[in-house]
Amino acid sequence: MTDNDTTIKVLPVLTAKDFASDQEAKWCPGCGDHSVLQQLKQLLPELGIAPENIVVVSGIGCSSRLPYYLATYGVHGIHGRALPMATGLKIARPDLSVWVGTGDGDALSIGGNHFIHTLRRNPDLNILLFNNEIYGLTKGQYSPTSKIGLRTVTSPSGVIDHPFNTAALTIGSGGTFFARAFDRDGKFLRSIMMRAALHRGTSLVEIYQNCPIFNNAAFEAYATPDKKADNTIYVEHEKPLVFGKGKNRGIMLDGFTPIVVDLDKEEFSTSDLWIHNERDINKASILARFADDDSLPRPFGVFYAEERVTYEDALAAQIKEAQKNGCWTLEELLKGENSYEIK
Amino acid sequence: MTDTKKTTRQVNVTSKTSVSVLFAGDSGDGMQLTGTQFANTVAVHGTELNTFPNFPSEIRAPAGTIAGVSGFQLQFSSKPVYTPGARFDVMVAMNSAALKANLKNLHRGGIIIAGTEGFDEKNLKLAGYPEGANPLHDGSLDNYIVFPVPILQLTREALKESGLSSKEVDRCKNMFVLGLLYWLYTLPLEGTMETLYAKFQKNVWMAEANIRAMKAGYFFGDETELFANLGRFDISPHKQHGIYRRVTGNEACAIALTAASKKAGLELFLGSYPITPATEILQTLAKKKKYGVKTFQAEDEIAGIVSSIGAAYGGALAATNTSGPGLALKTEALGLAVILEIPLVIINVQRGGPSTGLPTKPEQSDLFMAMYGRHGEAPLPVIAACSPVDCFYATYEAARIAIEHMTPVICLSDGYLALSSEPWEVESPENLAEIKPRFQPAREASAPPYLPYKRDERQVRSWAIPGTKGLEHRIGGLEKQNETGNVSHDPENHELMTKLRAEKIDLIAESIPLQSIDNGQLKGDLLVLGWGSTYGAIKTAVEQAIEQGLSVAHAHLRYIHPFPKNLKEILGNYKQVMIPELNNGQLVHIIRDTFLIAPVSLTKVQGVPFNEMEILTKITDLLKELKS
Repeated sequence: MTDNDTTIKVLPVLTAKDFASDQEAKWCPGCGDHSVLQQLKQLLPELGIAPENIVVVSGIGCSSRLPYYLATYGVHGIHGRALPMATGLKIARPDLSVWVGTGDGDALSIGGNHFIHTLRRNPDLNILLFNNEIYGLTKGQYSPTSKIGLRTVTSPSGVIDHPFNTAALTIGSGGTFFARAFDRDGKFLRSIMMRAALHRGTSLVEIYQNCPIFNNAAFEAYATPDKKADNTIYVEHEKPLVFGKGKNRGIMLDGFTPIVVDLDKEEFSTSDLWIHNERDINKASILARFADDDSLPRPFGVFYAEERVTYEDALAAQIKEAQKNGCWTLEELLKGENSYEIK
Repeated sequence: MTDTKKTTRQVNVTSKTSVSVLFAGDSGDGMQLTGTQFANTVAVHGTELNTFPNFPSEIRAPAGTIAGVSGFQLQFSSKPVYTPGARFDVMVAMNSAALKANLKNLHRGGIIIAGTEGFDEKNLKLAGYPEGANPLHDGSLDNYIVFPVPILQLTREALKESGLSSKEVDRCKNMFVLGLLYWLYTLPLEGTMETLYAKFQKNVWMAEANIRAMKAGYFFGDETELFANLGRFDISPHKQHGIYRRVTGNEACAIALTAASKKAGLELFLGSYPITPATEILQTLAKKKKYGVKTFQAEDEIAGIVSSIGAAYGGALAATNTSGPGLALKTEALGLAVILEIPLVIINVQRGGPSTGLPTKPEQSDLFMAMYGRHGEAPLPVIAACSPVDCFYATYEAARIAIEHMTPVICLSDGYLALSSEPWEVESPENLAEIKPRFQPAREASAPPYLPYKRDERQVRSWAIPGTKGLEHRIGGLEKQNETGNVSHDPENHELMTKLRAEKIDLIAESIPLQSIDNGQLKGDLLVLGWGSTYGAIKTAVEQAIEQGLSVAHAHLRYIHPFPKNLKEILGNYKQVMIPELNNGQLVHIIRDTFLIAPVSLTKVQGVPFNEMEILTKITDLLKELKS
């Protein structure tokens, strides 16, 4: 996880309880945020990192209250700016495990610029993007991921802004890790967060998260048992893209076009299907676009994971190179390289 | 002019105390390089020195036009100098636009060395002279001593067998000028020769061509009859023996941040976004990796400061540097730094505003923004640098206050200090103030809970950085409960926290030096109160006023918030207080507001520094009024 030896020492066995702060979570009853918090509290002890070496950073919005409820270090910053805060912290302190809690408004609207630049730089951060397709804290305005036509207090006639496709934006920004999870599927969410934690670089986890007050049932199509099987596909590395109630449907690539095939029909078998490869950016880009096509199931899981040097490691390497003949002293600094003597 | 002596060539050498020279030409003429080389040579010679470059905001404004004129002014002297000179004694004008743009600042009777090729029909037209008019011939320069020199032609002759392309040859013309000026001021060529050999290590022929052009200029002075009457000049050295370096204000800021981090035992992090005229601070620090400095060129000004807040939270000495438009973008994050109560240094290199304003020109118009430019009650310390070398001490002090008082600090510089340079006697580490971060030590599980907002007698909280066992805590932009730091919307608590944050800043006055009088009597008729880069002009003007027997003194503020404790008393010791500022009157508001007195305001908002004569005239007028 980190280079710091202190984190590898034998630690007392911690449980979810040890990661709960003394503050009561103030999200609405039924909010998907509770589920994410619960899973994170379960996950953190599994990482084997001491609580003092974990920092949770956030911006503004419902999701950004996350740090207050975890017994780690935490900073609740300003709207949209969690990512530069986390980046600065990670550059200064590469030994820490840095997590970011953010939302669709915080990360993709006011913080959109930071979002794209953080992804391309690839500092080792774990970003949990709570996507509820609405502004909750300010009471129900549409967000940059709201669907066209959604009627809200600021779009009484329906949203006319084309929404962001978070996966495509992440991959297009040069991100090295994208995964999608769902608040209702806690166990799966936790497994995805573990993958994010293990990825060295910026991990972006988009979590479909239900806002029961202002945008209830936005993700219903992927939640209810009768619809879920046909509307979702859980992708796994080196496994064929199979979905449906009886695992009887699959995705095949016709050139660059994904098509749904019926495995019950004789002409197709799983060997004809698209085999998921997390390291294939082209396939990940096609997978990212499933969200724009209602005829295709919505993918969940790790779309893309690339190993690339992190920003803080690249900077540390430059500093190491500059110091290869020893560290320079304060005296040398003050004297400079072009000093002269007057006799 | 004290004495004259003869050289073997029978050219008079006259001793002078001070000379101010302007090198001016098209922005492609290499005037910045010429000026810098000349400054290096006089610095090593041991004369006192102050330099100021003046260039257009466009990288390449149309050649030959007034907008494209680039200048480098310097004053060198055998006594201390604080400005590059109100007016110059000598002007090198490579073209007619350079002459036209700068003539008003040349002393009557001053010397003009004009590159005649820049005064052809085309150049005169581009400079906006009426058709047929040529200042070199039409008598309009009769009040000056004009030396028309075919600089380009002479350079070409000198380099005709160099094997260089004609473009490369023409580019050496600035070296010809440099050589001529070295001759005129009896300065050695060796320093520049060494620099050229070092610069063109891989292309020795380029170094040799430049040196040949420079020598051609030098011998031109020697051999031509042109300067026979004028003779040569000598400015004797003044500096005490010692080790010196020449620094610009921006370089000094960068060195200070690094020095403060070393002294405090912290890593330095700079989160920054390029902006004129502050960028050199980022550039200089990006080259300081051997000192372990981490620079981060962020995607925007906001990310610049917010990344610094993140680094400060992690225990680094964190800083960000910017100029007006950037500071405007950083204001929300500044509020966060105030409520988080973490150390942060913000260096604001002021330029002409509002909006994009005059990006390359100095102004002192961000004082209000530094003092008040945040929403909510968000006081923070504001300090100002007064000279290029002082940028070091002011920035170092900003870092000390930030770390020891757990607060963001704004350090104000401006475009004039940023780019001006002067010699600095190399500082020794032991002379620098100690900086002691107050890190909270780890806590045993059995100990009482950690209280992140518990304060000491100076109302300063401790710095609890991640990685410290037992101090896990959550802080943020929401108002906090006193001591625990938990989110609190309690009305009384908010008022208490507001007062505590203000008191913490006010208490800094207990640990900063008292205000001193820079020059003049401790009581008298008039106090000239300045801040920032106006120091040199005020200092020079007050010196002259005192020489005239006027009852005037000069005090210059380093600390603008909080003010030194004795400032009120000092202001009361004079019948009148006058405040010169390069803005529309901002410090005067603050002084009036704080001390309920009515100072006289002298303002200048032209994107250029004060001329000492402007201040001297105001002093004289005010004292006349006081007497009547």
